[in-house]
Amino acid sequence: MYKFFLLVFVLISSSINAQEQAMQLVQKVKAKLDAVNDYTAEGKMRTDVAFIKAPVGKVKVYYKKPNKFRLERNGGISILPKGGISINIGSMILVNGYMALDAGTAIIGNTNTHVIKLLPNTENSDIILSTLYIDESNLVIRKSVTTTRESGTYEMEMYYGKFISYGLPDKVIFSFNTKDYKLPKGITLELDDIDQATKEKMKGKKGKVEIIYTNYTINSGLAESIFKNN
Amino acid sequence: MWKHLEIELYKIFHRPRTYLAFAAITALIGVIQLGLKVDGKEYTEFVMADFAGSFSVDGKILNGYFICYVILQLLLVHVPLLIALIAADMISGEANMGTLRLLLTKPQSRSEILLAKFLASVIYTLLLLIWIAILGLLVSLAIFGTDDLFIMKSSYVVVVKSSDVFWRYCGAFCFAALAMTTVAALGFFLSFFAENSIGPIVATMSVIIVCTILSTMNIPLFNLIKPYLFTSHMVTWKEFFDFKVNDANEAIIGSIQYPEKIIRSAIVLVLHIIIFVVGGIWYFRKKDVLS
Repeated sequence: MYKFFLLVFVLISSSINAQEQAMQLVQKVKAKLDAVNDYTAEGKMRTDVAFIKAPVGKVKVYYKKPNKFRLERNGGISILPKGGISINIGSMILVNGYMALDAGTAIIGNTNTHVIKLLPNTENSDIILSTLYIDESNLVIRKSVTTTRESGTYEMEMYYGKFISYGLPDKVIFSFNTKDYKLPKGITLELDDIDQATKEKMKGKKGKVEIIYTNYTINSGLAESIFKNN
Repeated sequence: MWKHLEIELYKIFHRPRTYLAFAAITALIGVIQLGLKVDGKEYTEFVMADFAGSFSVDGKILNGYFICYVILQLLLVHVPLLIALIAADMISGEANMGTLRLLLTKPQSRSEILLAKFLASVIYTLLLLIWIAILGLLVSLAIFGTDDLFIMKSSYVVVVKSSDVFWRYCGAFCFAALAMTTVAALGFFLSFFAENSIGPIVATMSVIIVCTILSTMNIPLFNLIKPYLFTSHMVTWKEFFDFKVNDANEAIIGSIQYPEKIIRSAIVLVLHIIIFVVGGIWYFRKKDVLS
């Protein structure tokens, strides 16, 4: 009987310890990201959605702490999926109360990562579950999988380069399931007769938005007005 | 023949109804531009209602290129009526006024006279399209500015880069000219069979309406004849606004998704023009002109 209670105690305390460690790791990553108050970045955006044909375009993104984000296509039209629209690192770590759970390790690319699941404390949060793959040695997020109430599940993969010290990626690939998205209906008298094979190709595929950043301007003190038209 | 062409053009442009067509085009385009300038935001929200639920579109959708696309879609359905007003009157109008026999007393052959008349109606058609291009494209660009062209097709969305749009409009207007010349040829052909203007004008519009309905109805029986109807090919100008993508779904700038469709449709339309004009001339050369 004594041994049983001891075992339960050890298991509970190790679990609490693992949770604390997970929480600490998330806090460390958050602290690193908190060093960036705002940034402006230029890059190229490629939309890979089967039922959207859009050219690769130059984009400019603006971010301000805690979660203000604006993506501007240089004089053009940009299409982004709703929900995971804020393709920024800050949006991956829940701003308000959350609980961190240790979910083991995983290899992303060639990097060993710590898998941590974040659960929001509030019931009315749009994010149900967020899984982070954290590169402990560099304190950066390599990948995140976020499940939301309204916009389904989406994935973000980050590739780092010269701005790794700020936790800012050189390349972000945002993936989402297109079967959850409604195909647009013809409303402009369009009666295009595409074949069945092409129609099938347009369904059930993962959509991707890829942004390759070429330049960051960090902590320049962005004005609030930049985000007002967003 | 050139002298006769000049005379025919003089006749066309000294008729009030010719300018009625230009005035109608001006009014229609003006109304569309005014409506979209005032309530364009509501229009785009309505157009993108389904799409906007899932995607966020950022940019100036309501730009001059988009307005011109809307104008072309709406107008190219109605412009045939304005073309029929002139083309279907070319022979029947002369017959109605009793000047046809007098006209044929000229030293030129019947074929030359008829070809000059057809060319005159083609020039009128082209001028009408140029007028649409000036008002629909250039004036819209001046009023609404430029940006990428956003088009929602029945099963996918196309965003054409602004730097890649203008040449597509040039191609689309050239194709529309071919399509409208087919309408002029049909009206011209039907004008051989009547001695008043109303009959061929109404007949031309009736043929276009019936063929358009057959072209748009997706019924297996009609699908068999669709490829042979000129109305099925008149809308192919839209193919200029769709481009190829590579394996990574990246747009290939300057490409057209189905160029073979444009070529096929152009061939069908040219064949229709030849059949209508040659058939009409062949019939008229044998005809005993009594009016």
